[in-house]
Amino acid sequence: MSDDTPLLDVRGLRVASRTGAPLVQDVSFTVGTGERLGLIGESGSGKSLTSFAVTGLLPDGLSASGSVVLGGMQVVGARERELVTVRGNIASVVFQEPLTALDPLMRLGKQVAEPLRRHLGLRGAALRDAVHGALDEVRLPDPERIARAYPHEISGGQRQRVAIAAALACRPRLLIADEPTTALDVTVQAEILALIDTLVAERDMALVFVSHDLAVVSRMTDTAVVLRHGRVVERGPMTRLLSAPTDPYTIELVRSARRLDAALEVS
Amino acid sequence: MAVLELRDVGFSYRRNVKPALDGVSFAVEAGRSVGLVGESGAGKTTVLSLLLGLSSPTAGQILFDGAPLDRRDREMMREFRRSVQTVFQDPYSSLDPRQSVGRIIGEPLRSLGIATGADANERVAAALQAVGLPADASRRYPHEFSGGQRQRIAIARAVVARPRILLADEPVSALDVTTRIQIIELLAELGVSEGMTVVMVSHDLGVVAALCEHTVVLQGGRIVEQGDTRDVLGSPADPYTRRLLDSVPRLPV
Repeated sequence: MSDDTPLLDVRGLRVASRTGAPLVQDVSFTVGTGERLGLIGESGSGKSLTSFAVTGLLPDGLSASGSVVLGGMQVVGARERELVTVRGNIASVVFQEPLTALDPLMRLGKQVAEPLRRHLGLRGAALRDAVHGALDEVRLPDPERIARAYPHEISGGQRQRVAIAAALACRPRLLIADEPTTALDVTVQAEILALIDTLVAERDMALVFVSHDLAVVSRMTDTAVVLRHGRVVERGPMTRLLSAPTDPYTIELVRSARRLDAALEVS
Repeated sequence: MAVLELRDVGFSYRRNVKPALDGVSFAVEAGRSVGLVGESGAGKTTVLSLLLGLSSPTAGQILFDGAPLDRRDREMMREFRRSVQTVFQDPYSSLDPRQSVGRIIGEPLRSLGIATGADANERVAAALQAVGLPADASRRYPHEFSGGQRQRIAIARAVVARPRILLADEPVSALDVTTRIQIIELLAELGVSEGMTVVMVSHDLGVVAALCEHTVVLQGGRIVEQGDTRDVLGSPADPYTRRLLDSVPRLPV
């Protein structure tokens, strides 16, 4: 891959339902090595479908068209066998609810081990060390105990740390975080955001951060795309989107967020 | 005198385990909205079920108009049900999809024996107007409405019997940000126009700050701090309140 090819190049992406109804239309963006991009939108905006389509994880019945080139590979129309080589290796996804991303019946260590085994071919003691290392890197205390535990035995914040450990175990070049803190308490959210921020920076990873929360996105990325009803309504640097939005919907979104912020500035 | 008061209330779901609530005291005074803030495990849901009269405290007392709330006292509970109405978090699951909006909103009037027939229809129409929905909404069904509109329907149902207290459990958490502001403004307006006192349970400090005059901060089943919202959120005395405030993501100025 030459230097001028972005890590992720989405062009004219369209996602349609079984009946052909368009859910995402003409969405385009690029993310280069080490770059960060926010996808902002409310319910029904198509932000999550866009992030699913990027890694070929669209739910059954939905179909993507257009072009998504990830790490040099065309994702749209690719077979599952080909996609498996990309997921976890080039790009990983962290979802909103770690309870659905993690298998409730499998020990956490095994779940973190899975990508390490598949992509890096690790076995035995090397695999165990890598799992403990991955858990240690997401600042989980006592990795050995966590590795033996089941998802329900640890807190929601710890589960999201494990999901991040599994996502980052193979050192992907792109992390897609889809509302990763929406289900968490606000103090835990602050910790998880700081963790993602640090890990992405340390590893010079690219980040696509998907959220309805403007303040959270502005904490994580410098540039963003605003989606509504499946279309891009505005894009640009976060500072400009917040200080001088031009699309009526973005204006309304920023105004609403500022109102709630202002309510907190009591004294 | 307080309409509702928790006095040194404790609650345990089972004996010999850490109580869900311990030594909780606060008062709901007429005309002074209260926000109960806390994270998971703080005891918000338990306080709510006590305030709804759905369970009795295992320690301390709940006073309704100054008298201990007695769930076996039918006369008292009837008055209590008329006085306290609720709006729940999820407008998608709290409205019966098989009933028309008019019937849903009129339900408290029937079950509390307040009004029937034309009188009830008039009150339903007034409630719809108060929450900013068109009059013809009463003939339609919940699935025809957006999340924000459904929450307006739920609020109309709660206010139709003119309760003294509106108990709102995370009333905007399931809604989009742009809709949240509108619902908060509606609750604030109704508080004034209908003479209701809003008691809101929420994990969201911004929402509580926007609506409530008095704030109670719960952590692990105890109150760590309470007082004027301006004081509690403006200059928190407790380190946990400070940490909560600092954790709220905000837009760069």
